[in-house]
Amino acid sequence: MSKKTVEFQVSRTPEMGMDFRPAQGVLPPVDLTEPELQSEKMLINVGPQHPATHGVLRLVLELDGETVVRCVPHIGYLHSSFEKLGEYRTWNQVIPLTDRMDYLAPLIYNCAYAMAVEKMMGIEVTERCKVTRVIMMELDRIFSHLLWLGTWAIDVGAFTPFLYAFQQREKVYTLHEAYTGARITTSATRIGGMMADMPEGWAEGVREFVNELPRTLDEIESLLSHNAIHIGRTQGVGVISAEEAINSGMSGPNLRATGVPYDVRKDRPYYDYETYEFEVPIGEHGDCYDRYMVRIEEMRQSCRLVHQALDRLPDGPMNVDDPRVILPSKTDLMNDMESMIHHFKLVMEGVKAPPGESHFSVEGSKGELGMYVVSDGGSKPVRWRVRPPSFVNLSAIPKLVEGGLLADVIMVNASLDIVLGEIDR
Amino acid sequence: MTSEGGAGYAGVPSEAEPSPEAGKAGTPASLEGLDKAHPSVVELQGRFDEAVLRHEVVAGDEHVVFVEPDRVFEILQWLKEDPDQLYNYLSDVTAVDYGSGRPLQVVYQLYSIPLRRTLRVKAELPLDELEVDSVVPLWANANWLEREVYDLFGIHFRNHPDLRRILMPEVYAEGHPLRKDFPLRGRFSRAEQTRRALAQAPEDYYIPSDFGAGRDFQRVGWQEMGGEPVPVEDPMTTDSTGASDDHEDERA
Repeated sequence: MSKKTVEFQVSRTPEMGMDFRPAQGVLPPVDLTEPELQSEKMLINVGPQHPATHGVLRLVLELDGETVVRCVPHIGYLHSSFEKLGEYRTWNQVIPLTDRMDYLAPLIYNCAYAMAVEKMMGIEVTERCKVTRVIMMELDRIFSHLLWLGTWAIDVGAFTPFLYAFQQREKVYTLHEAYTGARITTSATRIGGMMADMPEGWAEGVREFVNELPRTLDEIESLLSHNAIHIGRTQGVGVISAEEAINSGMSGPNLRATGVPYDVRKDRPYYDYETYEFEVPIGEHGDCYDRYMVRIEEMRQSCRLVHQALDRLPDGPMNVDDPRVILPSKTDLMNDMESMIHHFKLVMEGVKAPPGESHFSVEGSKGELGMYVVSDGGSKPVRWRVRPPSFVNLSAIPKLVEGGLLADVIMVNASLDIVLGEIDR
Repeated sequence: MTSEGGAGYAGVPSEAEPSPEAGKAGTPASLEGLDKAHPSVVELQGRFDEAVLRHEVVAGDEHVVFVEPDRVFEILQWLKEDPDQLYNYLSDVTAVDYGSGRPLQVVYQLYSIPLRRTLRVKAELPLDELEVDSVVPLWANANWLEREVYDLFGIHFRNHPDLRRILMPEVYAEGHPLRKDFPLRGRFSRAEQTRRALAQAPEDYYIPSDFGAGRDFQRVGWQEMGGEPVPVEDPMTTDSTGASDDHEDERA
């Protein structure tokens, strides 16, 4: 009898672990029923520092084996109280705070804030400004979706789409820089207009970008859309019904993936969106894969919109002709007493908004982005509130992940496209 | 400019009885006809009569309805479920503090996806009675939005399943930051804030046995158990009442 055989037999004795003496002779058969395992729920803490949480998000998960039984999100790690800070700044000084909220689509936030204040003050911006802002907002929708696409691909385990997406994203950074001087913190708008007219050649640069982008999207799609691994990890994962999604206040691509065609650009059009030709892509199943497809298609639609906007970009002044909000030109300032007074008052006191309020929504890259501004007639907001799309979308995450697998939590979180700067504000 | 802050807010026309100034500010008489333009407002006034306190049109086309705080839930439920209203989408819940002792406004921004209509409902809560019914049973996203209002304004939402701070730390002891009486840099001195930050033991929030012992899961689950929320044990507040006054001048 070889040594190996003896060990084999020993491993089946009930005394194993207590007595390691080799068994003598052939052992009697033993009952091999599985011992009663106590099943305990396990708690797992994901984040706040974890690359797949896309920021400082912390998820506490209660697991039964691999299945998520309960998910409790914790936020607030990036809280900087922008809304409180805004109450201590003049109307125009709030603009730099807006792009620090969603640093993935700063121009949409700049524009949305300026539009809300203008609506409250009853200012109608010039035609050129409107079209420029449409270009900017659509450009940043692409900008934000590209980052989402790259990180989404990484979360699913594919690295190449990330490189393709960021190569294109870099071009938008360059366009930001050419217009505003900054790559992320653009602060491009002012109440009543823009910080400057677009520089020479900028429109052509945008045109070139939106001409090239669809090719990259095709390439990325050829890597992901019919990829068995990608489909296996995303289809039927994180499903939410249309009714539940509406009840949870989801908006943007996350809501549209469930089949609800709610898009602020179509339903409450601003800046003549009703005159542009574009379609609102909707999904069917409300799962991660549909959210992916909706965003891909949205980028193509945004390209269409930018083309149309560039075609109709009118000449003329960028800023409104209103001395209450816009600084006079340098020439006027030096030659005209009245302009001098306007300039002095605007610089020293800031724009004065008459008492009133407005809750104005645009379709941001993440969903319905609302800006609620309240004025008491002073040069500072009484209240400036951002209706944060990611915040509301994220609040539905327990519904999406509970009952699913732990590994799917990563995909669901990636599919929601959150930005913690805006969630925590 | 900062010193006149209080006076500026006091200068806002009183909402309770519209003075001639108030007419200039938000509700010009010329917009009277717009009352009819919003079908929900007409219906609301007919159905809830004295619970609908007044109606304003702001920024050209935004309709605001002020309602009795005690009947907020009832009115919002009707707005959500009535087949002619169908405000099925709760866009936003927030609050506004005008300062100088004026009541806090809780703001519900509603949207009807089928009818493409918006409506803003406001309830004014006097400072000594900051309580209103939670609308979480109607809209799931009210959960986090109301938690945020509670966290930043200190408004208590009755029957909220999980009312605790959301953006500020759970042991935050300086009050509710978006109130006008809250100074920009906080109530405590910078030294005190640093001391408290250092005294926090972050590990406490990460040890599973602590979660099991009640920090998260017991509190989240109180609803199923049919009990009241477990009060937050705050070691900070017990030994430092009155700390805010000590550092009042440092801030200035």
